[in-house]
Amino acid sequence: MTPLGRLAAAFAAIVAVALPFLLKPFGIYLISMWAVLTVAAIGLNLTLGYAGQVSMAQGAFVGIGAYTVALLTQAGCPFALAFAAAGVLCFAIGWMLGYPALRVAHHYLAFVTLAFTTLVFLVLRNEEWLTGGTYGINGISRPVFFGLSTAKPLPFYFFCLGTLAVLSLATWWMLRSPWGRAFKGLRENPIRAQSLGTDTRRYTLMAFAIGAGLGGLSGALYAPLVQFIEPGSFALGLSFNLLLMVIVGGSGYFFGPFVGALIAVLLPEWMRVAEGYYLIVYAMLVMVMMAFCPSGLLGLVARIKAASRSNRAAPAPALRAEGAGS
Amino acid sequence: MASLIQLLVSGLATGAIYALIATGFTLLWQTSQTINFAQGEFVMLPAFFILAAMNWGAPFWLAALIGIAVSIVVLGVLFKLIIVDPMLKYGVLPLVISTIALSLFLKESAKDFYSSQAQPFPALVPATDIHVLGAVVSTQSLAVLAVAIVTVSALHLLLNNTRLGRAMQATAQNPTLARIVGIPVQRMVLYTFLINAVLVAIASILISPIYLAKFSNGETLGLAAFTAAIIGGFNQVRGAIVGGIILGVLDNLSAAYLSSQYRGAIPLMILIAVILWRPQGLFGRIEERTV
Repeated sequence: MTPLGRLAAAFAAIVAVALPFLLKPFGIYLISMWAVLTVAAIGLNLTLGYAGQVSMAQGAFVGIGAYTVALLTQAGCPFALAFAAAGVLCFAIGWMLGYPALRVAHHYLAFVTLAFTTLVFLVLRNEEWLTGGTYGINGISRPVFFGLSTAKPLPFYFFCLGTLAVLSLATWWMLRSPWGRAFKGLRENPIRAQSLGTDTRRYTLMAFAIGAGLGGLSGALYAPLVQFIEPGSFALGLSFNLLLMVIVGGSGYFFGPFVGALIAVLLPEWMRVAEGYYLIVYAMLVMVMMAFCPSGLLGLVARIKAASRSNRAAPAPALRAEGAGS
Repeated sequence: MASLIQLLVSGLATGAIYALIATGFTLLWQTSQTINFAQGEFVMLPAFFILAAMNWGAPFWLAALIGIAVSIVVLGVLFKLIIVDPMLKYGVLPLVISTIALSLFLKESAKDFYSSQAQPFPALVPATDIHVLGAVVSTQSLAVLAVAIVTVSALHLLLNNTRLGRAMQATAQNPTLARIVGIPVQRMVLYTFLINAVLVAIASILISPIYLAKFSNGETLGLAAFTAAIIGGFNQVRGAIVGGIILGVLDNLSAAYLSSQYRGAIPLMILIAVILWRPQGLFGRIEERTV
């Protein structure tokens, strides 16, 4: 990371800690939602941005995680255990769903995951004995740690932020390990990666499963945050939104999901004046950005930086991604 | 038996509509590697063009023609010029994202600028029932089938029996070689976008009397189009047609005999099975243009 980038990250961390003290409960709810969605977006960024697999199932994993936590905690299971179960379950399902990724080209994988998301939605809606059907699950309690309740917005925000910090540090560490390099190799040139001795099969499954597991953990935070879940929240729309977050922030950049989720959460609020039209404007912005800068906002920042240092040649895309992440 | 015939006929009618949508979808893929995630919204939208024209006082037939013409301009020419062309150089993924955003844009625009309520849409023929072999068959289903068959036959004739059609096929199979033998490749690509626009407009006219014109119609229709295209074979017009018909019939049969709650799940499971064991589709050939 460049000194400037380090400064920006430190500043962002201070804002993330100090900001909730200045906000009303709804504002705290919004930034909690940001933290929760960022976890899911980090997972998708791993799958899409680093390993190059297009997944439209991240919303479904958030849903599976949310329902797992809601059902287990209502059955009397401690939150920590339910949280871990959500992650493990999604990791396992992601591993299985990753198999098609090994067989088919990337655009087919998009369709497999699209079908999977719709199937998960149908199961959540139709299996009323388990999920409550369209009525959803109400009154999901927030966890208590060592006698400290997180029922109030502020403690729960710090719980979300802490989880986000731990998970993003873990992801950071993993991306700098040989695994992370293998993931990037998969994205840049799978055939070359294989001929250099990378077990592409295992790493593709790994990237997919870890991304799914993070989606599940995000869902495990989502359920106690909103305290009411219903199948419609986890339909295709959420998967598309998460995909847009990763792309808008800058896929393959470590901080891309943070930026993308922030925009996805804040934009509707900023554009209250535009009422229903905000989605139209959002969609237009995404299209314009895809046409001019498909590498996302952080890609744009990198491009501006490269242009300002025009005496140095702009690095190749793969290196740029690494430059932003290290 | 009688109910089976009824189900088959209505299934064929739905399937024929899916086939039209899926055919357009595969045409775009073949000539320009565009995976149009907004295809469902492309079917939703022309109905609103037609309703708008009728609100201005145009009779239905004229409104339908205006609707098709506006579709050709908006969903054919403008879609290619504004969305697809600037993005082709970045490869498949950014365009996928962009069409996802476009689907959101079209859906929300129809909702905010026209209506969030389902709008009644005039049927092609008055809804009466005909008794065939003891089964009750609606004239609407028959009309849908007739229009779809005429459309597909016309497309087939265009693609296989005209110079233009063969030039378009050559473009799809190998753009470089097509250019070498003097085919204006860019123009051929544009034509496929126009054909897609006509196909979705016709599909819109056929399906809106049944489902009503609603901004959210595109979600299910788009999914049906992808599923049909993949089941049949992503790179074959013939495959898309068969895939659409299989899907429509299966949809109606499974809703009647298996579970109406899971009617949407069966095509998806077939989709996953096809991708896993026969990714080129039931009728497709293995893609030759990789790498």
